[in-house]
Amino acid sequence: MKTVFVTVGTTSFDELVESITCAESVQALKARGYERLVLQVGRGSLLPAADSCPHVRLEAFRFKDSIAEDIKQADLVISHAGAGSCLESLCAGKPLLVVVNDKLMDNHQLELARQLHMDSHLLYCTCSTLTETLRTMDLSVLQPFLPGQPKLFANFLDKALGV
Amino acid sequence: MAVLVAVLAVFLLCLLVLVRFYAVLKTGSKCRPGTKGPVAVLIVAGSGGHTSEILRLMECLSAAYTPRHYVIADTDKMSEEKICAFERSKPPSHSESQFTICRIPRSREVHQSWCSSIISTLNALRYSLPLVFRLRPDMVLCNGPGTCVPLCVAGLLLGILGMKKVLIVYVESICRVQTLSLTGKILYPISDYFVVQWSSLRDKYPKSIFLGRIV
Repeated sequence: MKTVFVTVGTTSFDELVESITCAESVQALKARGYERLVLQVGRGSLLPAADSCPHVRLEAFRFKDSIAEDIKQADLVISHAGAGSCLESLCAGKPLLVVVNDKLMDNHQLELARQLHMDSHLLYCTCSTLTETLRTMDLSVLQPFLPGQPKLFANFLDKALGV
Repeated sequence: MAVLVAVLAVFLLCLLVLVRFYAVLKTGSKCRPGTKGPVAVLIVAGSGGHTSEILRLMECLSAAYTPRHYVIADTDKMSEEKICAFERSKPPSHSESQFTICRIPRSREVHQSWCSSIISTLNALRYSLPLVFRLRPDMVLCNGPGTCVPLCVAGLLLGILGMKKVLIVYVESICRVQTLSLTGKILYPISDYFVVQWSSLRDKYPKSIFLGRIV
């Protein structure tokens, strides 16, 4: 069953939860063949009930020790712009749509999401453009994200310190 | 007369500290502890993302980096578990190498104001100084939690007093693409190796080292 996993990290992002569960968004997801919607809603005030969304199988929870398993099972991850969530999804090789919270100004975490978008590793939108993006997005433009190489750092340090 | 002598003494002392400060900063590239045997490392793990990133860096360091002293903030519950799991996962050849975990008060909580940050940093320095003087590491490795500022200052002091040159190696978090973190800005002038992970930062900060993405 094609699954979408939505994550807001440790904060709250009610607007995203609202936008993704609205009739138009669900319709757009259905049209793309997604049938299951898993929401991690953090500290938000919205925790949608399983039957609140006809046409898709909906599951929602606040927090888990690790969302690695949810990411692994997903065919598409929709995430807030947090660096941790972005990197975890990309390293798992999942297509990623980042929804920016434009009510949070001057959030330094945006730097990374913006750069990764410029390098074509993820798609990028706001809550007001989410439905439209779900309709028109082309996941095939995304470039694979290669893991960083700590070995380069180790080599550099060995050389500098004479190890 | 006595006042004049006192003023002169203070002035000379300040001058001496400044000269030593400059000398210590300049000796970074000549300091090669690895040629003399194992390198004792003090690793400043922060919390959450910082800890994960620094453990990624530690993954590839050889057994020559021994012993490893991890410092975590006393309000941090998660990092200790992560560090122990990481050390256990090391190959058997590393098993004799030792590690310790030390706790110090956090110097700055997220969103804490500037003024109270300074006070709590001074408080953290009270714990950092004895710790660094006791452990006498060859290098301090850190990547951005506020806790690393007092520890690096303590390491610098060890050098200024002529007791030991402590190399300060700073790796800016991968989250920083265009601007340095506050900790990065503070440690940029006093670190011996300052590593950034995006070329846009290297272009802005000429002293920094860019090795590509390393976490």
